Parts: sequence; C-alpha cells; structure tokens
Amino acid sequence: MIAALRKEMLLQWRTRAQFLAVFVFGATSLLLFSFAVGPNAEDLRKFSAGFLWLGLLLSSTLTLSESFHAEMENRALEGLLLLPADPRVLYYGKAIANWLQLTFLGIALVPVMVVLYDAGTTRIPMLILVVALGAAGLSAPGTLYAAMTAQVKSKQTLLPLLLFPLIVPALLASVKSTSLLILGDPMGSLGSWLSLLGAFDAIYWALCGLLYGRVVEE
Amino acid sequence: MSDLAIEAENLARRYGRRWALADVSIRIPAGSVTMVAGRNGSGKSTLFRVLSTVIRPDLGRGSVLGFDLKKHREDIRRSLALLSHSNYLYESLTARENLEVVADHLGIERTPIPMLLERVALGSRADDPVSTFSAGMRKRVSFARVLLQEPRVVLLDEPYAQLDPPGFDLVDSVVRELKMRGATVLMATHQLERTAGVSDYALTLEAGRVQSFTAIGARA
Repeated sequence: MIAALRKEMLLQWRTRAQFLAVFVFGATSLLLFSFAVGPNAEDLRKFSAGFLWLGLLLSSTLTLSESFHAEMENRALEGLLLLPADPRVLYYGKAIANWLQLTFLGIALVPVMVVLYDAGTTRIPMLILVVALGAAGLSAPGTLYAAMTAQVKSKQTLLPLLLFPLIVPALLASVKSTSLLILGDPMGSLGSWLSLLGAFDAIYWALCGLLYGRVVEE
Repeated sequence: MSDLAIEAENLARRYGRRWALADVSIRIPAGSVTMVAGRNGSGKSTLFRVLSTVIRPDLGRGSVLGFDLKKHREDIRRSLALLSHSNYLYESLTARENLEVVADHLGIERTPIPMLLERVALGSRADDPVSTFSAGMRKRVSFARVLLQEPRVVLLDEPYAQLDPPGFDLVDSVVRELKMRGATVLMATHQLERTAGVSDYALTLEAGRVQSFTAIGARA
C-alpha cells in the first residue's frame, strides 16, 4: 500500500500545476453560480453550501479522469498488474491520493465561498471534517469509474454520467452538513448527517475496492 | 518439475470476429531461447499477451512453468517479465523513479537500480523524466525493468525495434545473460539473422497459426 501511495503522490507532485488549474476552474464555477442567484446576500448565503459542493463535484471529474491519464499513456497500469501488484492495493493507493487532492481542493474553495457568498462559519475544524468526508464520498466511486472510463474516447462525458447518480446520497449529506455549519444547527441534526455521510463513505470504499480488480483486469 | 517452461494446446484468441490466434500448440523447453517469427499481424504479440496473462485465451489451454494460464495468473506473473510495445513507463517520473516504483511493488531492494541503469547506458540520464527520452532510451529503461524483475520466463516483443546499433548489442548481451541465468526467453522479432545467433528454437506464426517449430543453432 505504501508503494502504491508513494507512486501516486509522486505523480501528483509532478503534475501539481494542474491542481492550480482545477482550483481556478472550481473558483470560477462558484463565481458563475453566484450570478444565477443575483445580489441578494441572504439567498447567496442560503445556497452557498450547495454551490461549494457543486463546484467541487465539477472539479472532481477533471481531477479523477486525469488521475488515470498517466496509467493509460504507456499502459503503465497493465505493467504494474503484471508484476503482479494487487489491484486492491493499487485502487486504495489511487483513491487515497485522489481523496487527499479533493480534500485540499475543497478546503481551498472554502475561502472563495466565504468571500463570494459571505458564508463563513466559526466551526472550522468541523467544516474541514465535512469536506474530508464528502471528498471521500466522491473519490472512492470516482476512482473506480475513472478506471472504467479511462480507455473510452468520450471519458469526459461518460465519467460524470456514471458518477453523479451514484454519489447523490453522499453529496446530499455533504451539502446539508455544510449548510448546517454555515446557517446554524438549531435542531442539532449535524451528527445524523455526518453519520449518514460516514456510512455511505464506508460502503463506497469497501465495495469499490472489491470491484476494482474486475474493472482493470480483462 | 517439467522440463517444459511453456506449454500450449489448441490456444486460440479472437478480437471481435477475427481470430488473432488459432489452434496454437507449442512446447518450449525450460532454459531455451526461442525466436518467434512471422509477418505483421501473424499473432506474435497476441501470443505473448496470452502467455503473460494480460488477456485470456478464448479456447484451448496453456501453462507457464506448470501454472495454468487461466487459473494461476498471479503465479505466472511472479515468474514472468514481458517487454511489450507499450513500455509501461510513467512519463512524468524519471528513469530511476520508474524502476523504484517496480522495485517497491515487488517488495525488493532498490540497490540494483543504479547498476541496471548503467548497464543500459542510461546512468547519466537516471534522474531525467522519461518524457524527455527518445523511443530507444525508453526501450532501454524497459530492459532495465525486465532485468530488475529477475524473471524465469521472459517474453521480448520486438526487442530490437527503435534501438540503435549499440542497442542491438545490448539486447544480445541481455538475452545471453538471461539464458546463463537459466531463464526461458521468447523473442518476437523481424531481425531473423541476428536473433538466430542467440536462439535455440525458431517458431514461425502465420495468420495466427503455428507454421513451424524447429531447433536451430546448437540444438539443430
């Protein structure tokens, strides 16, 4: 697992300029969403959590599909499988690396959201936890589907088509949790939403790890 | 243990409706070097991809070192190295890092890597990204990768392609070294005269079928 993760981190470090490009894409998305609502500060604040996660979701499709570019370029993934490397180890290495990248991206987008929508919170550690759990919900199935679509010509279209319906429960829980942190939680329901998010994360990570071998092997 | 490293019986593989391999039956003795000849599209690469368990045969059965092609893929992969048309390298990593990835995944020491890179004449470019390499240099890194694996069976798919004359000599010396180590080598090539000098057997494929399998050199 350490070997797989080290390789992924090294690949991400070498293509770090791309992280900046994806961040700019996400930030631009947040800016464009604000135009849809208009200048009403109350509305902007109300929808800020949803817009943050939509921005992260759209950015994630770029990150996830790009994470398999290096694997497919010279069939490097096939080379690793022939060593033989355990497909599950390769999956978790890549999924963890994608999760870290999406978590950093989400955290980087939060200040943009605060500035654009005036939607801050004092519960910063909790917000980071929500971003991390939500990013885990995106990266686990996202890595699996990115592997499935990596060799398809229209992968940029196919990946969101396959991924978005699957991650609706995790996305819903992430938006609701973030919204409760920004707008307040008078009913104390944050814990329930976080539990739901954590449960879906556990299901995604377990199931996708099992299925990855079937996806990458003939 | 059998004296045969590779056995195949009526092996067949198709892509869509076209049979790339049909009714291939071969018996390759352990420790031998076999030259695999045939025109473009004759099934050489498909045979190598089936034997290395990249793809499964549609019909027939086969084994490598006694391990069944369909049931014991992991065991075969542990003992076999494939030099493919795809070089299996990460473009953004250096030559050294690419080999380190292989060593780390195999769970072996990284210590032989500098020596191997010197061996393939890339010692001075070890820390350059592979994306800056020519096709021939990438091939040399792939050879270092094969040697790092210390395989018992080696499949070299057009090893001379893209190499310069010193590269040709490198291939010959690597094949001789592998043979001395007791490895079984299959080499698909169009450089027939050159390869005949280091080969024990010649296997000729035509339209996915075995046309001939003959002993050459000292074994003839």
